[in-house]
Amino acid sequence: MSKKQIKTTVNGVEHEILVDSTWTLLETLRDQLSLTGTKEGCSNGNCGACTVLVNGKSSCSCLVLAPEIDGREVTTVEGLADHGHLTPVQDAFVENSGLQCGFCTPGFMIATTALLSENPHPSENEIRLKLAGNLCRCTGYDKIVRSVQDAAERLSKA
Amino acid sequence: MPNFDYEAPTSLESALEMLARPGEVRPLVGGTDVIDQLKSNRRNADIVIDLKRIPELLNIEANGSGLRIGSAVSCTDVHNFTAENGGYPALSESADLVGSIHIQNRASVGGNVCNAAPSADTIPALLIHEAIAHTVSASGAREIPLIDFFAGPGQTVLQKGEILKELVLPAPSANTASAYLRFIPRNEMDIAVAGVGSLIEVDPSSGVVTKARIALASVAPTPVRAYAAEEFLEGTVIDAAAIDETADLAVGSAVPITDVRGSAEYRKELIRVLTKRTLNICLERLA
Repeated sequence: MSKKQIKTTVNGVEHEILVDSTWTLLETLRDQLSLTGTKEGCSNGNCGACTVLVNGKSSCSCLVLAPEIDGREVTTVEGLADHGHLTPVQDAFVENSGLQCGFCTPGFMIATTALLSENPHPSENEIRLKLAGNLCRCTGYDKIVRSVQDAAERLSKA
Repeated sequence: MPNFDYEAPTSLESALEMLARPGEVRPLVGGTDVIDQLKSNRRNADIVIDLKRIPELLNIEANGSGLRIGSAVSCTDVHNFTAENGGYPALSESADLVGSIHIQNRASVGGNVCNAAPSADTIPALLIHEAIAHTVSASGAREIPLIDFFAGPGQTVLQKGEILKELVLPAPSANTASAYLRFIPRNEMDIAVAGVGSLIEVDPSSGVVTKARIALASVAPTPVRAYAAEEFLEGTVIDAAAIDETADLAVGSAVPITDVRGSAEYRKELIRVLTKRTLNICLERLA
């Protein structure tokens, strides 16, 4: 085990931190940077609760080693809203009740943000397929799909 | 997690020097298999070598002679590149099936090969497109036909200190089509119960198959080619009867086990059905 000095930008803020070579990005975000919006679910890439953007690409932070993000940009759910103003994706999840217990919600919001930046008008099938890496055990998904469709509309009008 | 050191070399030379160090040296690209294996003590490591900062390994390019895929190129990038440039439809669709979008953004096709799961979705597609694995180590380089790359479940012929550098696929001739299908009990995000990749080259004037390649996933300790089916199909006029016969022969190359995902009998039947379907998709793509 060894420590690595890394420089990384998380939600627009530059950090120079010392990380253990065996820590995951998820552990560094939650335990070192106190960004507890990102959740730990399965810890093996199945559930998507820990989804963050690494250089704009959605990734399971439980399957990224902390030293890997040296020089990279990370966006967590805390980085979506701008000074308290929710993004259209966040507004859509609130307005459409796209959540119940809320544990999967940060991952869904990040995954939805990534999906709509690449495909601004996904079909329902595309939404269900592309968000299959995010599990929700409460909603039955219909309200999440409606939230994503509404978010796409909000973004196209923005 | 075991206690390991982490290095991220920026040149192939320094990576090869690190890979030759004593102890358990574990290459890392996407980490979607290896980090999970380290967490669950299924693989060990004294040092993890992150290969994602080595430019040669991140290169993907196509020209008249074929397609070169650096071993660190992500499934997302392989899918997008092949979808845009054409010529390797089975590979394009298989790279789009590995895990979720989040996994595809991180996992490399090279890593899918080196993890050597019998169920790996990209391997049948690479096999039917006749991929050559170019490996490199401090003591030299090797070119290994991909069919000879696998030694068992999770095992490859890579030696200590040796890594996959790139996968090189020849350019398919005109009148060639390929397809990959797998069966899973849900619509997405699952491991293949069985998978089939098929490639055919057909003489457009006669309808005679001039080349056939069929590869199977999840029905043997390694990905396998269905040689008997290929030999039968080559030289025949492809029609429904020939496809039925080919599918029957492909089943003969499957030696599956019964496990939680499916019984051996069920997997054999899946090989029959998926072989037919992939060949029919190839015909549609040639039309």
